[in-house]
Amino acid sequence: MKVFKGRVVAPGTVTAEALVSHGGLNTLASFQKALQFGDKTATCGDQNNPDLYGKQMLGKALCLPMTIGSTTGGLVLYCACAMKRQPACMLFSKPIDSLAAAGAILADVWVDDVTMPVVDSLGDEFLDYVKDGMTITVKDGGEVVVE
Amino acid sequence: MILTKEQQAILDGSKGETMAKVMKTLVMYGDAFGAERMVPVTSKYNHLVTSFGLKMMKPVFNLMQELIDAGVTSEQKFSVDPRPLDKNVPANFLQKLIFNKFMYSTQDFYEGQLKELGLLADDAFTCTCYMDEVGNKPQKGEVLSWAESSAVVYANSVLGARCNRNSGIIDIMGSIAGCVPEFGLLTDEGRKATWIVEIKTTQKPEAQLLGSAIGMKVMEAVPYVKGLDKWIGTELNDAACTYLKDFGAATASNGAVGLYHIANLTPEAVEQGEALIAEGAQVYVIDDAELERVYKSYPVIWKNPDAKPKLCFMGCPHMSLEQLKSWTDKVEASLKEAGNKKVVIPTVFTASPAVLREFEKTEYAARLKATGVITSYICPLMYMNNPLCAKMPVITSSNKLRTYTTSRYYTDDEILMQITKGGVN
Repeated sequence: MKVFKGRVVAPGTVTAEALVSHGGLNTLASFQKALQFGDKTATCGDQNNPDLYGKQMLGKALCLPMTIGSTTGGLVLYCACAMKRQPACMLFSKPIDSLAAAGAILADVWVDDVTMPVVDSLGDEFLDYVKDGMTITVKDGGEVVVE
Repeated sequence: MILTKEQQAILDGSKGETMAKVMKTLVMYGDAFGAERMVPVTSKYNHLVTSFGLKMMKPVFNLMQELIDAGVTSEQKFSVDPRPLDKNVPANFLQKLIFNKFMYSTQDFYEGQLKELGLLADDAFTCTCYMDEVGNKPQKGEVLSWAESSAVVYANSVLGARCNRNSGIIDIMGSIAGCVPEFGLLTDEGRKATWIVEIKTTQKPEAQLLGSAIGMKVMEAVPYVKGLDKWIGTELNDAACTYLKDFGAATASNGAVGLYHIANLTPEAVEQGEALIAEGAQVYVIDDAELERVYKSYPVIWKNPDAKPKLCFMGCPHMSLEQLKSWTDKVEASLKEAGNKKVVIPTVFTASPAVLREFEKTEYAARLKATGVITSYICPLMYMNNPLCAKMPVITSSNKLRTYTTSRYYTDDEILMQITKGGVN
């Protein structure tokens, strides 16, 4: 077990299974199947991301460095939250990027009943340590327990 | 963040609950990046990324309607990304049915919303709003609230405007509030390069391949590119701007680049030179072998990798007038060489409605039509994003289209061979 400390971008607590991307998450490429074609498990459709391609993102503790790609990224994430197809939480090793921040903030301000805790700045060591299938608990104050 | 009295009052509800939520969104957005203040949006027009009335985007339409119903709109008119549908583009009966009756059944409704929110013109749909023919071209130093990754990176890098890589919806909120939080690419510090890219190729690098390599390497960082002026010159003429349009789109979609500097070419690099490079910047050397490595790393996700292409898309981002003309020459010459009269793969060249209007006034239009190439204002990406088109073997020289769809990337020369001669060799 290891504990990491980051910065809270969107508040909340949750326990979920880890899903790890070592490269940037291309939000549009990853979520478009979930939004357009009724894929309720939010299977990752990003062919350039070998860590996530074809894996279910719904309900997972998504561990990643950052998001990349199209500036639809934030609204895609917002829609995923509004449609209840979002990860359980998003945990960034780096400081959050503008698209992911927009998605988390839009969901927080404009969607009434969404909970997707977002913590950033967890450090490179976090992504080195966490592996798919590990259990992650996000606590108040940006504390992330990996076991 | 320190707000002005007026901004604080808006946040506290002086202009209603919806406007307060708009301001709250911008304040939280700024807080996430340590912004200390808001700065005014100074461009004449805005640009939005969300152009598609995709049925599943209902949460976006609901939010837009909340803005309209509350009378919370912008004084700034805007252009918006390309339309997802065009009857000129080949589609079979089933595809047309799915496009019109299911996927984009809310297109007319959403375009109605865009008009209420301040759409610049009925046909202001393009990802290359900064083209002279379109007229949404910001000045150096202007602050924007744009989204659309390829347009943002172009405005920052080639035009010297200042804009963060805003998400869709954030784009319109900054425009409505008339201000955006000051951080990242809006600051002098945020515009410094933390990567030096040295181009050491033996020939002019393919714009979309070079952009892809740099995007995948530097991700969100600002690269300072040395040695590219040897191949594309030191003047921002039509050819150089077209090259940078395609290069930038690849950096932004294959990575998350919002600004690049090209030594001796882009405005800030010309003005400030290597003073733009941050201390401790990393170095990435690109030679022929590195571009070959990147090209070979692209996965081919066609069910049958040897399938004969059924469609070719050029123009993601939309082509420039210069590009349409030069490609007309190239297609004609290559067809003649092959002894063919028309392209052997259905081929669509996409450009903004305004550029297409100008192209139609030239003698090139009839010549291109004679080759069998179709012109369209469609967004190829939106065309491809459905299960029916995703199964089609589609080829493109757009690295952005490759990234987001099942289409297969080829260099410009290989595309020319494919569409005029039916093979890459």
